[in-house]
Amino acid sequence: MRHLIISLAVILWPFSASAFDIEERVVFGAESNPQTVRVISTGDVRVFEPMINGFLAENPTVTVDYTVVSSSELMKAISIDKAAFDVAISSAMDLQTKLANDGFTAPYSSQATEPLPEWARWRQDVFAFTQEPAAVVLSKDAFAGLPMPQSRQDLISLLRQYPDRFRGKIGTYDLRDSGLGYLFATQDSRTSEVYWRLTEVMGALDAKLYCCSSNMINDVASGKLAIAYNVLGSYALSRADKDRFEVMLPTDFTTVMMRTALIPQNAQNKDLAEPFVDYLLQVAWNNTGQTSQQPYDSTATLAGKENSLRRIRLGPGLLIFLDEYKKRSFLTAWENAILQE
Amino acid sequence: MSAEVHSRGSIRRRLMVQLLLGAAVLAIALFFIVQSLARQLAEESQDNILAAAVSAILDTTSVRDGEIQLDLPYSAFSMLSNISNDRVFYAVRFGDDFVTGYSDLPVVTKDDSFGPWFDTTTYQDDEVRIVTAQRRLASGETPLAVEVTLAQTRDGQRDQLMWISQSAAALGTGFFVSVAVLALLAARSSISPILRLTQSVSRRGPKDLRPVAAPVPHEMVPLVAALNSFMDRLKNSLTRSEEFIADAAHRVRTPLATVRTQAEITYRRVEKDENRASIREMIRAIDESSRAAGQMLDHAMVTFRTDHLEQQAIDLNALAAEMIDRLHPMAELREIELVLEQQGAASTIGDTILLQSALRNILDNAIKYSPADSVITLIVSQDAGMAHLTTSDRGIGLPIDDAERLKSRFARGANVEGVIGSGLGLTIADEVARAHGGYLTIANNSKGPGACVTLSFPLQ
Repeated sequence: MRHLIISLAVILWPFSASAFDIEERVVFGAESNPQTVRVISTGDVRVFEPMINGFLAENPTVTVDYTVVSSSELMKAISIDKAAFDVAISSAMDLQTKLANDGFTAPYSSQATEPLPEWARWRQDVFAFTQEPAAVVLSKDAFAGLPMPQSRQDLISLLRQYPDRFRGKIGTYDLRDSGLGYLFATQDSRTSEVYWRLTEVMGALDAKLYCCSSNMINDVASGKLAIAYNVLGSYALSRADKDRFEVMLPTDFTTVMMRTALIPQNAQNKDLAEPFVDYLLQVAWNNTGQTSQQPYDSTATLAGKENSLRRIRLGPGLLIFLDEYKKRSFLTAWENAILQE
Repeated sequence: MSAEVHSRGSIRRRLMVQLLLGAAVLAIALFFIVQSLARQLAEESQDNILAAAVSAILDTTSVRDGEIQLDLPYSAFSMLSNISNDRVFYAVRFGDDFVTGYSDLPVVTKDDSFGPWFDTTTYQDDEVRIVTAQRRLASGETPLAVEVTLAQTRDGQRDQLMWISQSAAALGTGFFVSVAVLALLAARSSISPILRLTQSVSRRGPKDLRPVAAPVPHEMVPLVAALNSFMDRLKNSLTRSEEFIADAAHRVRTPLATVRTQAEITYRRVEKDENRASIREMIRAIDESSRAAGQMLDHAMVTFRTDHLEQQAIDLNALAAEMIDRLHPMAELREIELVLEQQGAASTIGDTILLQSALRNILDNAIKYSPADSVITLIVSQDAGMAHLTTSDRGIGLPIDDAERLKSRFARGANVEGVIGSGLGLTIADEVARAHGGYLTIANNSKGPGACVTLSFPLQ
């Protein structure tokens, strides 16, 4: 490979005049290259690196400036700061949809965007490039001697049957902190009432609340948790110690999140952003044999489970749960169920 | 000799132009009607869904402890995204306070009705359809209005209308093209009776003045009736003039015979040579007049008989022999010898009286234009399915350049100034020959002076 990472990861790069918090910033490709495409993303550098290198191999005169932020910071950067990013990649489908709905995106249509399935695109603004299930991660040790649950109903009856075995050993997202957790929870609640039943059962067993998938998986792997509910399946399956736990996709329904890319309205290099988005979508959808470059590839995990998949639908429906009143009332109901004070 | 016909315009072209103009107007009207109906439908369906969504939101509002309670239903927005991927904006207000949504979203100007109220306006640089609806909620002493405004962009509708416009344009074009083809066919078929009539009239022979009998379209009946009546009048007028000529000739001939008899008696009585000479001259003039009257009668008869031609077998040898016999005395007066040469049997089908008249006129001519003491030969022959009666004399001959003109009525050769004649003889012979499907040939003798006139008829 001609194109190697030239710059190293810089933690908390001092971003002059920026009001949003940056977690990490990496520049791929030679810095002397005349053109730079600036990407703001919620995805780990490690995961996107193969894809970006693939892109650079096809566009040797381009540099990719990759900035990692949280999804809410990304929203802030694009909508409030109007920071000059050329591509915005986020797992927060609701926030990406809101950016597009509120006119912060530039529409784009190409041979790469047209073949996308209808559910993988909203208008000509938001393009999905992954399908990642919300999974239940179960510790093999904790379930020794018990049948592995396959659905939420199984889980509820096991928890009711062995409350003491699982008390304090259930983890789930703290919806007040995690946008992704909130998205999963609201979509679960839309799909079935069983979500509320499960939340109440988990609340009764002193569920622990987490900010992020990786922390939950760490605790399952270490034995601190028996069950982690609504964890990103792609994270769990990509771990080296994945034989310590089982990743269960509930057979009653599996909520599927899609990471999306968009081109912000005030992108400075739209002519670079467009081939970057094209490349990203081609890697994701065209079966070009570059699955090694596909970030968070869950194709194998989801294969054959089409009937139970509930893909989160891009569109204005996602705006509903972003509404302050709606969010307040949803969180109140959730707190009542999970905290049970 | 058809007179020049002035033409202005064309029925077919006028028909085509009118039909095509009509079709174009209809096609354009069709395009706009379909487009406006589609626009209306699309707008109505968007309005209906917006109204349903806004009322779904209003239904979730309530007041608790003086504060607005609101649970935005997911279905309200997802139903909007069912028809198109359009952007959606909303705002909820309670009394004068903004509650949630897009605070800068304009509110539709309300009229006196209960709403919902609709408007089309611009928000965030995009055209939006906007709806506002209200519901009164009991809050403390006075009810307060909760007001929900919902707006949706119209990109989907624009795409849909674009597609419908294209379809409508294709429909209109298709309509126009089919009508154009139909117009072409209609124009062609509607003038075909005129073409048929033209053909049937122009195919007719010169004497065919029968009325048009073939059925014609209703609209052409007055024209054809006028044509028929015109031809009828023409025929009557022709018949009348022929009759008049025949009558006149007849009336002149009888007194002429009396005058001739008296002149002959007088001739014998007078003794002075100069008186005798002038009386001889008188008799000759009377003869010519009587002969002309006879020819006119002959011609009238020929005209009449050719209209009702008799069909009987005629032996031309017998006919020729009889005619030679009959004209013998007249020829002898001028010491002219008539020789009949018969070259085998020859017969035809036709009207004996007409054939006699034709042959007599030719021989009469020959006798008249032959010098005294000469020979006139009549040969009856046949070849190639035709029978020929050839008369040759030793006279002054004919001006051959004029041969065709000599066949017409009252035409006389340029070289016969000195001889009295009516110019009808060859006309009669020609008409008889043609009435029988034959022809008359006029030539000069190849050897020596004199004319050679041949009557030809198809063999029996």
